[in-house]
Amino acid sequence: MIQQIDYFLIAPPLVLALTAASVLLLDAFLPARPRTRAGLGLVTLAGVLASLGFVVAQAAGSGAARSTFCVPPSLGGDPSLCSYVVDRFTLVFAGLVLVSAVVVVLLSMTELSGGDIPAGEWHFLLLCALIGAVTLPASRDLVMLVVALELVSLPVFALTAMKRYDGRSSEAAVKLFVVSVVSTAVMLFGVSLLYGVAGSVYLSRLSTVLAGGAPAPGLAEDAAVGQVMPAVVTVGLVLVVAGFAFKIAAVPFHSWAADVYQGAPVPVAALLSVISKAAGFAGLILVLTTALSGQSATWAPVVGVLAALTMTVGNLLALRQRSAVRLLAWSSVAQSGYVLAPLAAGTAETAGASIAYLVIYAAMNLGAFAVVMLVSRTSARNELDDYRGLVFTRPAAGIALAFCLVCLAGLPPGLAGLFAKVFVFREIVASGFGWLALVMAVNTVIGLCYYALWTARLFAPAGAQTPVAHRPRVTTYVAVGMALAAAVLFSVAPQVVLDLTSLSTSG
Amino acid sequence: MMGWLPVALLAVPLLGALLLLVVPNVSRRALPAYGLVFSGVTFALGALMVATFDYGTAARIQFELDLPWIPGLGLRFHLGVDGVSLPLVALTALLTFLCFVYLGWGGGQAPDQLGFRPRALVFTLLVLEVGMIGTFLALDLLLFFVFFEIVLIPMYFLIGIWGGEGRRAASLKFILYTLLGSVVMLLGLLLVWAQTGTLDIVALSASHGAGMSRSVQILAFVAIGAGLAVKTPMWPLYTWLPDAHTEAPTVGSVLLAGVLLKMGTYGFARIAIPVLPEGAQAAAPWLGAFAVVGIVYGALACLAQRDLKRLIAYSSVGHMGFVLLGFATLTPVGVNGALFANVAHGLITGLLFFLAGAIKVRYGKADMPSMGGAMLATRPRLGALLTFAAIASLGLPGLAGFWGEMLALYGAFQPAAGLPRGLFLTYMVIGGLGAVLTAAYFVIMLSRVTHGHPATVAAGGALDERPVGDGGVPDERAVVPLDPPRSVAVLRPPRTRGEPAVDVDGHELLAWTPLVLLILLFGLWPGLLLSLTTPPVQTLLGALS
Repeated sequence: MIQQIDYFLIAPPLVLALTAASVLLLDAFLPARPRTRAGLGLVTLAGVLASLGFVVAQAAGSGAARSTFCVPPSLGGDPSLCSYVVDRFTLVFAGLVLVSAVVVVLLSMTELSGGDIPAGEWHFLLLCALIGAVTLPASRDLVMLVVALELVSLPVFALTAMKRYDGRSSEAAVKLFVVSVVSTAVMLFGVSLLYGVAGSVYLSRLSTVLAGGAPAPGLAEDAAVGQVMPAVVTVGLVLVVAGFAFKIAAVPFHSWAADVYQGAPVPVAALLSVISKAAGFAGLILVLTTALSGQSATWAPVVGVLAALTMTVGNLLALRQRSAVRLLAWSSVAQSGYVLAPLAAGTAETAGASIAYLVIYAAMNLGAFAVVMLVSRTSARNELDDYRGLVFTRPAAGIALAFCLVCLAGLPPGLAGLFAKVFVFREIVASGFGWLALVMAVNTVIGLCYYALWTARLFAPAGAQTPVAHRPRVTTYVAVGMALAAAVLFSVAPQVVLDLTSLSTSG
Repeated sequence: MMGWLPVALLAVPLLGALLLLVVPNVSRRALPAYGLVFSGVTFALGALMVATFDYGTAARIQFELDLPWIPGLGLRFHLGVDGVSLPLVALTALLTFLCFVYLGWGGGQAPDQLGFRPRALVFTLLVLEVGMIGTFLALDLLLFFVFFEIVLIPMYFLIGIWGGEGRRAASLKFILYTLLGSVVMLLGLLLVWAQTGTLDIVALSASHGAGMSRSVQILAFVAIGAGLAVKTPMWPLYTWLPDAHTEAPTVGSVLLAGVLLKMGTYGFARIAIPVLPEGAQAAAPWLGAFAVVGIVYGALACLAQRDLKRLIAYSSVGHMGFVLLGFATLTPVGVNGALFANVAHGLITGLLFFLAGAIKVRYGKADMPSMGGAMLATRPRLGALLTFAAIASLGLPGLAGFWGEMLALYGAFQPAAGLPRGLFLTYMVIGGLGAVLTAAYFVIMLSRVTHGHPATVAAGGALDERPVGDGGVPDERAVVPLDPPRSVAVLRPPRTRGEPAVDVDGHELLAWTPLVLLILLFGLWPGLLLSLTTPPVQTLLGALS
């Protein structure tokens, strides 16, 4: 009855959990001084890096997928059913999350240096969210997926509300909380329906049952699952997809994005737009391509329409924004649409393009957020006009932001963004979704419109107001440098991303 | 064999741009020389390429370089030139160099030279050159696309920062319009890739569309053609061009008309027609129709223009119509004519935009009716050069503008086998009519700007507010002299530094003379260029002719 646990495999989330606990303890027992705040940040950073080290060690080891938390043979179950699997898919997502986490932690150290926000709680919550994000891509059963996803979401509400006495921040937290709870409820309902039909929460078992390879306990004996899919499966599927669509801010579940991004501290907005989104996509890809691969005829068109709507609405809303963070919020909704698009082809292979896009998107979006963080220290309103002449006042930050924006728009010299779009276009065209390719083509142009206007502001002569003399924190510059280095690397050698993400997604 | 030369052609301007980025404190005085050196070396490399090109085998790809870049996409760093691309590479290197001569000669202090934010201007132009040369060198579909896109951002900034009053709207319109075109083109390129599994332009053109069904070829041709037609620009897709040209600074206009438009037409010759012969055959009548509409429309639009730069921009629409008509015939004669007209247009319109820029500096505007005419009397050299360029552009035999358009029309007289001859004969007649209209608007332009009596200028520079329609009619109003008649020379105070010369300046003469000479050379000896393009054109059209 005792399960064998492979502690090496669960080391990344375990290290994060230990760090989280120690950060909380250290905060309680150390005197509240500015140096303590910086120290806690460094401890968090060390924990994230140690976790990343374990991920790298796992990647350097054998290429085969390894699993733990399996059904023990003593229970008479199928030992191939496991809850926690480490394969290429897991490692890519865990690596993506942890590298992004390094940038977010660096940004947090700048944010916390003000002293208004309690540092211990902040880092504890941040680490908790990371545990969820690292566990989620390894999860291979529905219960663990839901738990991991909740672990990503719950700490973020609190993080959003951390700027106490700020009305905007509280409002954002409540909004995020309500939306997230509703989406969780919707998803749980879908999960329970699927479990009811298939009698199993394991993704691989679900796939077998739904494909007709095994009897479905939840259905009457005479119903042949293989031929006609019962309506209840479709309902379950749509509900699960809708639950994930909330997390990745896909249309029509997008409306929370701008308010929450703007109300939250900038590092949390970065976390939401990259780490939380990556976790959502990891779950979506797992459920769709592993558990429901047989039902792709049902969900592929839905995902296609969702992708088209998401990119169009996101881009159109971004056009009218004056605030930098709101613009990035809507643009990240639009970028979600580009990531969704290859999934519309409905096979595990095309998901590779989605992951590749996500990896490149993480680099360029974090770069943009890091510079926004830098500017937010001097101009509280953080509107696009505050960026006039940034290239002259702070050349390094200005050029970094310009490069990231051009990347997001997908134009040279931002070749990373260009090739990311080419990956996606290639999968869509090759699988014959001409209409989706056209919608995306038009969206690329709409997207360029606001990216170009923002970039042009960077090079415009500075306005009348003189920039406030302010010595920026070195951590922000390190964050900008990391994101920029990744974006430049992906521009020069996009093959790196393809090598990382060319995988059979299912474990 | 000499594969380093194309790489060096890209690396030198790129290095120049990157060095500017790394070394932030280049002295303002050194910048003109800096730009001259890097574009000069690039031009020298281009000249070396022209000199060492094996003219016996012009159809073969030479100076080839083929390295893997992104194996996951099948994208290879595949460069090379043949008889089709060599003239365009040389033209690009020459025009960019001349732009730097214009900007930087004599210290770059004169107006319309390196004045406002010179470091950024040199940087932008060098990056632009990388994209332009790369487009003509690339032999991989995606690599071609990448270079095609590189020019967008520098040109956006060139118009948006150094442009005229309406620069913001014009630059945004330019970049959105052309990006829409190039994304649609990307879809077409990926369709070709999805069907054939290769991105290698050489292999694709050698197989003449094998492996693609007729409907796929038509679809891909329409997508790729639409993208290229925006850049060219073809008739209904041209609306970004007049604004961009009017607002762009002089060098921006020169490179836009001289090189960027060529990237669109080159795409037809390099990719659309050879790779998708059946698609080209199906679409050719439509292409021809749009082309002749463009010829006539461009000419009619020119007749209604007051602004000199806008007039030249619309004349480009007409000239590109001839180029597209040449392609639409799908015959060696027509395509040769198109390629010739392409290069000739680059030289002539480049010169015209240089002149328009110089005129704008001297008069403070490019509004023709208010210039008061009489340029030949007040500024004889400038007027003479403008007359020369205008006459070359309207296609006077003996100058470069004539041969290409004549051959394109001749190609329409005898189009390729599968095309409806009657239709193309109609196109030829309409195109010929367009040529007459072209002559008409250039003559009217000359009569407004260069002819007339200098008296109207001498009368205190009063604006001549005659309506557009009767610009050619001599002013019959009695001029009451307020003072005893004065010559222009007396009116003008001695020239100070920073003020334009009355007539042509040293740096201007230096930048324009090569263009004048080349227009004469190709006009008198068209075989020089035609012998270069004929063999590759025959190879590229292999499946059709």
